[in-house]
Amino acid sequence: MNNSIALKSILTKEIQRFMRIWVQTLVPPAITISLYFVIFGSLIGSRIGEMGGFDYMSFIVPGLIMMSVITNSYSNVASSFFSAKWQRNVEEMLVAPVPNWVIVAGYVGGGMCRGILVGLIVTLVSLLFVDIQLHNIWVIIATVTLTSATFALGGLINAIFAGSFDDISIIPTFILTPLTYLGGVFYSISLLPDFWQGVSQANPIVYMVNAFRYGFLGISDVSLVTAFAVIIFFIVTLFTIAMTLISKGIGLRS
Amino acid sequence: MTYALEISALEKTYKGGFQALKGIDLTVSKGDFFALLGPNGAGKSTSIGVITSLVNKTGGQVKVFGYDIDTDLEKAKSFIGLVPQEFNFSQFEPLMNILVNQAGYYGVSKSLATERAEKYLKQLELWDKRDEPARALSGGMKRRLMIARALMHEPQMLILDEPTAGVDIELRRSMWDFLRELNKQGITIILTTHYLEEAEMLCRNIAIIDGGEIVEDTSMKKLLAQLDVETFIFDMKVGTSLSELDSFAAQSSTINYRVVDDHTLEVDLNKSQNLNQVFEQINAANIEVLSMRNKSNRLEALFVSLINKKPKTKQTKQQAVAEDAK
Repeated sequence: MNNSIALKSILTKEIQRFMRIWVQTLVPPAITISLYFVIFGSLIGSRIGEMGGFDYMSFIVPGLIMMSVITNSYSNVASSFFSAKWQRNVEEMLVAPVPNWVIVAGYVGGGMCRGILVGLIVTLVSLLFVDIQLHNIWVIIATVTLTSATFALGGLINAIFAGSFDDISIIPTFILTPLTYLGGVFYSISLLPDFWQGVSQANPIVYMVNAFRYGFLGISDVSLVTAFAVIIFFIVTLFTIAMTLISKGIGLRS
Repeated sequence: MTYALEISALEKTYKGGFQALKGIDLTVSKGDFFALLGPNGAGKSTSIGVITSLVNKTGGQVKVFGYDIDTDLEKAKSFIGLVPQEFNFSQFEPLMNILVNQAGYYGVSKSLATERAEKYLKQLELWDKRDEPARALSGGMKRRLMIARALMHEPQMLILDEPTAGVDIELRRSMWDFLRELNKQGITIILTTHYLEEAEMLCRNIAIIDGGEIVEDTSMKKLLAQLDVETFIFDMKVGTSLSELDSFAAQSSTINYRVVDDHTLEVDLNKSQNLNQVFEQINAANIEVLSMRNKSNRLEALFVSLINKKPKTKQTKQQAVAEDAK
């Protein structure tokens, strides 16, 4: 059995899916991010002044890109895998000799592709509003790749447990969005009182946004080593959980 | 001997305590055309679910071409093509993508998968629809799409769970021809159906499952031989008088005739009687017969009698053969 063909098939199917509905998947992030730039960058940002030694618009660009990557990686896998469960076409893979790790890798890879593609689109849109500088391209690539993998895995686990379409919007609405907004996208956590700085350090998105911002601007509220250690910890943990759930057939096999 | 399918003491108890399978034993030989029949909720789909790993069993053993699904699941899966009861493809994907991706899950390269997709879409008369999303197909076309999908990796065993449900008779017959041709090529076919005529026409061996237990497991020929009495309906030429038929029916002491109306006669034949005797008597009475047919599907009569009985002691095909040899 050639696992690489099976992996490529799942990945192709996933990419075809989000490209087929590009108006729903690729256009909205570009519009949303443009509004963020107009409101927070041009209108409010000019009154805020500098943050971390950079003008406010430049400061928020990495966080906004990362926010789009997180949201799209997560929602792609959550909606696609749940839809496959709901239409029962997930059975196409379950009856085939596809190893569980290939199923996980295929769906996560699809989520990563959409997250990174949306990240690129948002970066291009941001060029209309601000000059982007690059401090370390490798940190940018590593952060965006690992972060998209983390949230794609999260979306997969959400979809495995989900019993209805409502269940795949609960986590993004009540957990992901608050964590993202409180994850240092719009501010440096060093501005917070000590207590809330401590609380913020329990938010994994803080590490992802700051590592990403370091790649662009060379500034970060957390150490780069800690940031990557946290991201890798989450990837390993979520991958283990996803594999266990699929192996046991939770939500998939009766 | 390696069977295409070997099931022993298979049990499935769902959460909540419902025992869908109560330790069934079943074997299907390579190249067989096998019917698995039973009323709704008897355990047919659960059995298929376990064989194809969509349902986790709670006991027993399943081997596919000698490969145990507990230890060699991926190998076992590679032999099976499944046509499930319900449509389970993405409604939004074009047919070609559905087929090529499905082949990819079995490690078939894209170029080979594209060739096979063309072959099966043409054979199943879906080629014109290849670029349309699956939701645009009619019910019968969707059934054929699922057959094409199940064949994409050229499995050695095809399991069809009510493949002709809701399909019109013309299409059903063309699907029967297609399945017969596959079986001739050596593919083992396991069929569940509610159309008992379908099972009788296609299958060589049969198992009947009821309440999670196998109540019959034998060859179609032997099962049909269990019929004690078979009823035939004769359509007479219009104009034959009712009194003429009544008098004919009353005269026969050897064969049981019943007059339904002035042009219909029913005849009950037991195993010691044959149709030649009937025709001799009808000819002698100068009555003209236009056509003749079975009153009911023969298998249907047996099926109803079997599932109305309490599960009897299981008789395997091997035991049946041994008894026949005595």
